Amino acid sequence: MTNQVLLVVASFLACAVEMIEALTIVLAVGVTRGWRSALIGTGTALAAPAVVVAALGPALAVLPIDSLRLFVGGILLIFGLQWLRKAILRSSGFKALHDEDAIFAEEQRAARAAAREGSGIDWYTFTVSFKGVFLEGLEVAFIVATFGGAQHDVAPAAIGAMAAAVVVLLVGLAVHRPLSRVPENTMKYAVGVMLTTFGIFWAGEGAGVAWPGSDASLVGLLVYVLGTSAVLVWMLRRRHARVELAGAPA
Amino acid sequence: MTNLRTFGRFWYDFIIGDDWRLALGVTVSIGVVFAVTREVADWWWLLPLAVAALLAVSVNDATRPRRR
Repeated sequence: MTNQVLLVVASFLACAVEMIEALTIVLAVGVTRGWRSALIGTGTALAAPAVVVAALGPALAVLPIDSLRLFVGGILLIFGLQWLRKAILRSSGFKALHDEDAIFAEEQRAARAAAREGSGIDWYTFTVSFKGVFLEGLEVAFIVATFGGAQHDVAPAAIGAMAAAVVVLLVGLAVHRPLSRVPENTMKYAVGVMLTTFGIFWAGEGAGVAWPGSDASLVGLLVYVLGTSAVLVWMLRRRHARVELAGAPA
Repeated sequence: MTNLRTFGRFWYDFIIGDDWRLALGVTVSIGVVFAVTREVADWWWLLPLAVAALLAVSVNDATRPRRR
């Protein structure tokens, strides 16, 4: 039960982060150049991840669970460590924080600068919306398919992803601005911790490990990954302060 | 061909990211756990330990002040 809840939460957070990024792009071109082409581009792009999940979900469910967990756990662990690495660098000040307002402004600047053609579909708006939603959507499909594959049950991950889609879309429609007040960097940190935790757990199970405490060890692993990353952030913040001090004018 | 390369690049950036050593380290660690757990003993502790070490090395290298 704890595993299922953690899975839904992890899927919700990961998918929400990707959807916020897609929403910023669609809002920027929609507000600047018109909604018709932006929405057609978004609708067309949404079909692709839906097809990937619909095709991969049932296919993954028939593969042997141990091999699947070994493979999916390994991929999730590599993927999660990459997220966690970036989150640690952001939290310690070594990497710029993700800023949806800045991305929104940059997309709007580019949208204003691009030439307009005729009165039919605005291909610039269509292409930018399509590309943004398609790429972020593929990432969502990847997360849902891997989570679903490792559990032999795509439902919890799909529920998390759908809940994220509904929440982000409703909030986006309500505020009509990029969701810059959402603590996106904290969410990315949490996603990195959760992906890494699930990656360790599933890769270990797939490799034949018997975790002490069985499924309950997932919570222990979560605390361990969180603690390790917090220690690294603390150490790097001290290093960052030293670097800043050394670089400050006398 | 260009589209294929772009598609491959997207997945490489998405999964492997900025430090390929993390991917290599994870693959080797899982391989060792797989082999040892079947032949010797249940080394459940190895993966969590490897993750901490890999992460520490990666962020340390990324933030170490460069000498001129």
